[in-house]
Amino acid sequence: MGHSNSAATAMTDTESMISLRNLRVSYGEREILHGIGFDVMRGETLVILGGSGSGKSTLLRTLVGLERPSSGEIWLKGKNIAAISSGEMDEIRKKIGMSFQGGALFGSMTVGENVALPLREHTKLEESTIEIILRLKLDQVGLSGYENYMPSQLSGGMKKRAAVARALAMDPEILFFDEPSAGLDPIIAAGVDQLILELKQAFHMTIIVVTHELASAFLIADRMVLIDKGNVVAIGTTEAMRSSTHPRVRQFLDRIAEPAVSEELDYLQMLTEEHRHPGR
Amino acid sequence: MELTTQIGESVTDGLAYLGALTTLGTRAAYFTFIAPLRGKPLRLQRAISQAMQTGVGALPILSLITFFIGLILALQSAYELRKFGAINFVASAVAISMTRELGPLITAIVVIGRSGSAFAAEIGTMKVTEEIDALETMAIDPIHFLVAPKFTAMIVMLPCLTIWANSMGILGGALFGVTQADFTWFRYIQASLDALFLRDITTGLVKSVMFGITITAVGCHEGLSTGAGAEQVGRSTTRAVVVSIFLVILVDLVFTALFFFMSER
Repeated sequence: MGHSNSAATAMTDTESMISLRNLRVSYGEREILHGIGFDVMRGETLVILGGSGSGKSTLLRTLVGLERPSSGEIWLKGKNIAAISSGEMDEIRKKIGMSFQGGALFGSMTVGENVALPLREHTKLEESTIEIILRLKLDQVGLSGYENYMPSQLSGGMKKRAAVARALAMDPEILFFDEPSAGLDPIIAAGVDQLILELKQAFHMTIIVVTHELASAFLIADRMVLIDKGNVVAIGTTEAMRSSTHPRVRQFLDRIAEPAVSEELDYLQMLTEEHRHPGR
Repeated sequence: MELTTQIGESVTDGLAYLGALTTLGTRAAYFTFIAPLRGKPLRLQRAISQAMQTGVGALPILSLITFFIGLILALQSAYELRKFGAINFVASAVAISMTRELGPLITAIVVIGRSGSAFAAEIGTMKVTEEIDALETMAIDPIHFLVAPKFTAMIVMLPCLTIWANSMGILGGALFGVTQADFTWFRYIQASLDALFLRDITTGLVKSVMFGITITAVGCHEGLSTGAGAEQVGRSTTRAVVVSIFLVILVDLVFTALFFFMSER
């Protein structure tokens, strides 16, 4: 089932952790991702870059099993998660952690209960052991002593840290981040970037980050993928991306505005058509 | 669009909606009754706190409303019974209409307003803030985690509330009986109990369990199908209330008809 795993086990960094093959995802009639394919290596930090509406968030949701692809393959831990039962998917989910954009902490539970939830749900550990793991995880994200706070009492950056602690609770092999620095001021955002770097160095974790923040992307990434209109435009190391001459990559990295789209015209056109065919 | 197409579409939409409710209800019932036997314990603590909110929290307002309803029923039936000199039948009129119909129905409507809407708002907000997605990525089934405790709480608390509502309604009727007819409190209660058959009470309770399932399924389904954005939560909440009231009355009709034809034999 695996892909050239046996030869690569010695050199961990060349072993593929996730392989996407011709991945297509649609919402109803509309296809969002048109055949995505790339590999994520064990222990690397891969940043998925892309503008709003590029499909990068859909790609992330598909990777963690929240969306079902319409075709293609996602190989993760030797299994094609595009075609497995929900029971098998749940087993894989216990090995991955996901930090959502807004944190997605449960508002009715304390920070401690949030972080301990996966442990209480999926393990038969004693309460005292869970307490120790909880302290450890909060310590890792710099939130020691906050276990009895409610999420509403935390600032945006602290919420994100707590969410990371929850994602780390089950000691995942792969960690996913959705827009880790969205909505944070530059200093707090830099702190979250620092946290991602620490996790990578300390645990040699495979980390996949979706973002459009260039500064943060170049700081944390080993490799980058640029997604545009549901296709992979470019993939490579940070240096390769920096020196790329691909027009789309240059436009994204040099922050060149899209030529004005004649949306007003479309809107007016739509109105006149409405007039011509009333009631449509 | 042609009329027939429109009718056809709304019928299929309606059936699809009922199908979704049935699926959700069945899954919640599975996690409540069968999964605990297979080593997936029910979240009893969550169910109990839900039962406190849904059940105990509703007692004051429900008591007041059903007391008034009992009083109104007594006044309305006395208006007619008085003409035949049969004012003493007020007790049985109130007792029977409360236990068979109004007790379960009023209870359901109060619970829709308090809890059905709250289910949709709570789950809808969790959907918008990606908390439902977070549950799924942690391999925790949202139906097991969120819906099943509510389901358990509702099917236990609705019959309890209904019994309470019945008693308060009878008490409301008794206030009229004691002040306006020649009843003493004891004789009024005695007359009410004499008028009731066990079947009157049990049919009401069976209906209340069905109402509980309906309200939970609609509230949670509306919550789970909330789209993106805060205004969608409001929309889901409104829909949960409107659809629940409609479906509770539909279920009421079906079961009342069922009991009617069953008792004929």
